[in-house]
Amino acid sequence: MTNKLRTSFLAMPYAIWILICTILPLFYILGYAISNGDGSFTISNLTAIADPVHLKSLGLSIQTAFITTVICLIMAYPVALILHNLKITNKGFIVFLFILPMWMNFMLRILAWQNILSNNGILNSILSAIGLPTIHILYTKGAVILGMVYDFLPYMILPIYNSLSKINDDIIEAAADLGAGWLNTFIKITLPLSKDGIISGIIMVFVPALSSFVVSNLLGGGKVLLIGNVIEQEFTLARNWNLGSGLSIILMLFVLLSMSIMNRVDNSENGGMLI
Amino acid sequence: MKKVKKSASFLYLGIIFLFLYAPIFVLIVLSFNNSMSRTVWGGFTLQWYFNLPTNDTIMDALWTTLRITLSSSILATILGTSAAIGINRMKKNHAAIMLGATNIPLLNADIVTGISLMLLFTRFTSLGEFSVVLAHIAFSVPYVIFNVLPKLQSMSESCFEAAMDLGATPAYAFYKVIWPEIIPGVLSGFLMAFTMSLDDFTITYFTKGAGVNTMSTMLYTELRKGIQPELYALSTLLFLLAFLMLIATNLKSFNKKEAMRV
Amino acid sequence: MKKKFISFLSLLCLTFTSCFSFTGCKSDASSSDTLVVLNYGKYIEADVLKRFQEETGITVKYEEYESVEDMYAKYKAGSINYDVICTSDYMIETLGKEGELIPIDYSSLKYYKNIDPAIIEASSSFDPTHKYTIPYFYGTVGILYNTKMVDEKTVSSWNSLWDSDYSNQIVMINSQRDAFMVPLKLLGYDINTTDKAELDEAFNMLCDEKKYVYAYLMDETYECMVSEDAAMAVCYSGEAAMGMEYNEDLAYVVPEEGGNLWIDSWFVPRTCKHYDAAMKWIDFMCEEEAATANFEYVWYATPNLTVAANEDEETLADETVFPSKETLERCDIYSAYDNETLDYTTTLWKKLKAY
Repeated sequence: MTNKLRTSFLAMPYAIWILICTILPLFYILGYAISNGDGSFTISNLTAIADPVHLKSLGLSIQTAFITTVICLIMAYPVALILHNLKITNKGFIVFLFILPMWMNFMLRILAWQNILSNNGILNSILSAIGLPTIHILYTKGAVILGMVYDFLPYMILPIYNSLSKINDDIIEAAADLGAGWLNTFIKITLPLSKDGIISGIIMVFVPALSSFVVSNLLGGGKVLLIGNVIEQEFTLARNWNLGSGLSIILMLFVLLSMSIMNRVDNSENGGMLI
Repeated sequence: MKKVKKSASFLYLGIIFLFLYAPIFVLIVLSFNNSMSRTVWGGFTLQWYFNLPTNDTIMDALWTTLRITLSSSILATILGTSAAIGINRMKKNHAAIMLGATNIPLLNADIVTGISLMLLFTRFTSLGEFSVVLAHIAFSVPYVIFNVLPKLQSMSESCFEAAMDLGATPAYAFYKVIWPEIIPGVLSGFLMAFTMSLDDFTITYFTKGAGVNTMSTMLYTELRKGIQPELYALSTLLFLLAFLMLIATNLKSFNKKEAMRV
Repeated sequence: MKKKFISFLSLLCLTFTSCFSFTGCKSDASSSDTLVVLNYGKYIEADVLKRFQEETGITVKYEEYESVEDMYAKYKAGSINYDVICTSDYMIETLGKEGELIPIDYSSLKYYKNIDPAIIEASSSFDPTHKYTIPYFYGTVGILYNTKMVDEKTVSSWNSLWDSDYSNQIVMINSQRDAFMVPLKLLGYDINTTDKAELDEAFNMLCDEKKYVYAYLMDETYECMVSEDAAMAVCYSGEAAMGMEYNEDLAYVVPEEGGNLWIDSWFVPRTCKHYDAAMKWIDFMCEEEAATANFEYVWYATPNLTVAANEDEETLADETVFPSKETLERCDIYSAYDNETLDYTTTLWKKLKAY
């Protein structure tokens, strides 16, 4: 018991750190959110979410984040499965291959997507060279979703891969021995056992997608207004920090809500952890 | 049948990697483009690579970025690892509170984190390079904790206690029993903290002092008049460096395994 | 146990924060030979900055921002004490109204005489007493178009932006003030109108235009035009000049109805800690050699009269860079909105984007 208490004090510096660099700044934002320009108390910044423009952009954000998450999941699961079956002993290598692209600056990579997707861009040149019709995708919702899938895919692959590698191969072999087909084994064993990874993957993609604004700025051509863009514009363009803070508090509540729904599905040991 | 399945899965992997690395190829090609414009091909050149060492603003930004990224990710790793060990030993409800608070930086929109930290720093200290380091630690510690904690949870406590019972000092027991188990988690946590810090723009922009420029914040102002192609060259070099490091470390661990087998 | 834990925590927290505030005081050194400058991104030639530091021995902490609104957010946050700032007309007026400007000591400036009196005169809309500002660059807002896709006659009116023939080939400027300027000019209203009915009318026109718009862009406009992804774009004159450098089919025009003339100027904010150094900086920017170098880097119209002597006739005759007298007569300068109008137009802008 005493031993246990002593080691838990190793978290002390971090507890202090959280108080100063996480909780205290949050109170600053909360302070702005519940006051107006002249410092008097108001809840109008919080209720402002009911404004049709804000509701619409929140809806669009939820829709975009949802589609992004579904596409990421569909793309990532086979990848994780294939990588797992490759039986590579060096796991670090795989992890690294997926975060390596992040060593090129994020904004540069998104700008490169502009080069690829534009009307006279690389993709359309290839399409017309092989005789297919060209597509108009840059500066549409489709481009924003593509950018987000690109940005967040690694966050879906890695947790699923991690949870797959925890599965004891004997179980799968036992199932095969007992005459279960590949599909049956997958649905009855692999899928349920990788649930943790899927759930943390979903959270890792859905949450940042909900508040993202840079991708929609660069690939949406200013035509796609997400709630993240509204918040950003309130802080910069409109110089209304109070409204910006109010909306971001609401957005946080939304994130917490969606996470608690996910956590209800997830009854595993490491509840409360994102990665 | 098996062969078909195997080649299909390799094809699928290839498509995914093409998707992830396509923009990288574009940027590498742009670094050899003899034109200031992003959309015009002006012929092949190496001049951006040769210009690089003499371009003071870019080199300045590079060193600042490295200083900030390295110091923040090292400090975040130390803070996060000790926190993870502590949290692992906490009572369940205390640990839940700590983890809940740890999630906050991941849940908040970047711009909100950036501005709230700026409000905090201007209150207590002046903005400079140091404030950026603090801000980067703030958003990268959670990644370290969430990488280390699962490793701790999956090992049994009895080993550590057995070592203590046999007379080892806590420090010695930690070094001999816990450390070897969590080192992969610590390393991947460090790597993620490093990458996040390298890639961040919004939070850096709001917490930096006058005259401090990282590569991201410099790029942002570059957009106005077109990006200096030297930046593509620098990014290509950084990328290749990381890639070579990856290959090298991999060969090393491969050799080790070979040696062990013999 | 729990109580002890919490009290220990709060105690540590207190000591930690107090440590912080002490170090804060110490590091705020304000030695006389530094200068904190805030300017638009890429708005100065790198050698000019270097030469200033060498010649005066003053260390410059040079900060850049991307849009006027960014600048206001950074300045208002009060996190950095800026000594001298360059920004656009209506923002200077806003700051002036808020009492943020310090008068410039014109008698200490040797090269102030280099500045075109006509531009100083034009500055009276935001600096009526001519006490606070020195013009740095100026330019217009107009249409950059591709001569292969659009003929000159079509773009002579802002009406061309509502032409269904160019559906999905129009790039609109992604800036609230400039975007509203277009329909206001077309409707024949004052671009500084605060009349809500007029603003609503302009807003409806912009909503109507949205179905033809390829994208709302600012920085990427010229790249988009160079690669011929769009046929025409509303943009600043400097942006247009840059695009024309890479693609010779591009041309720039300020439509008949007129447009906006903007003037970026230097001013000294209330946060200034190094007034003498700031004066030296402003004076240096007005000097012939520095102004020429800056002009050849930025390619916006310079108010510095001495630059003309160093440029060839072709550059001086280039109407994209130096707008003609007739063009300037058609253009108006923005004035600062009052808070109510600012809120109102911001809401309209948000509605347009969500439309």
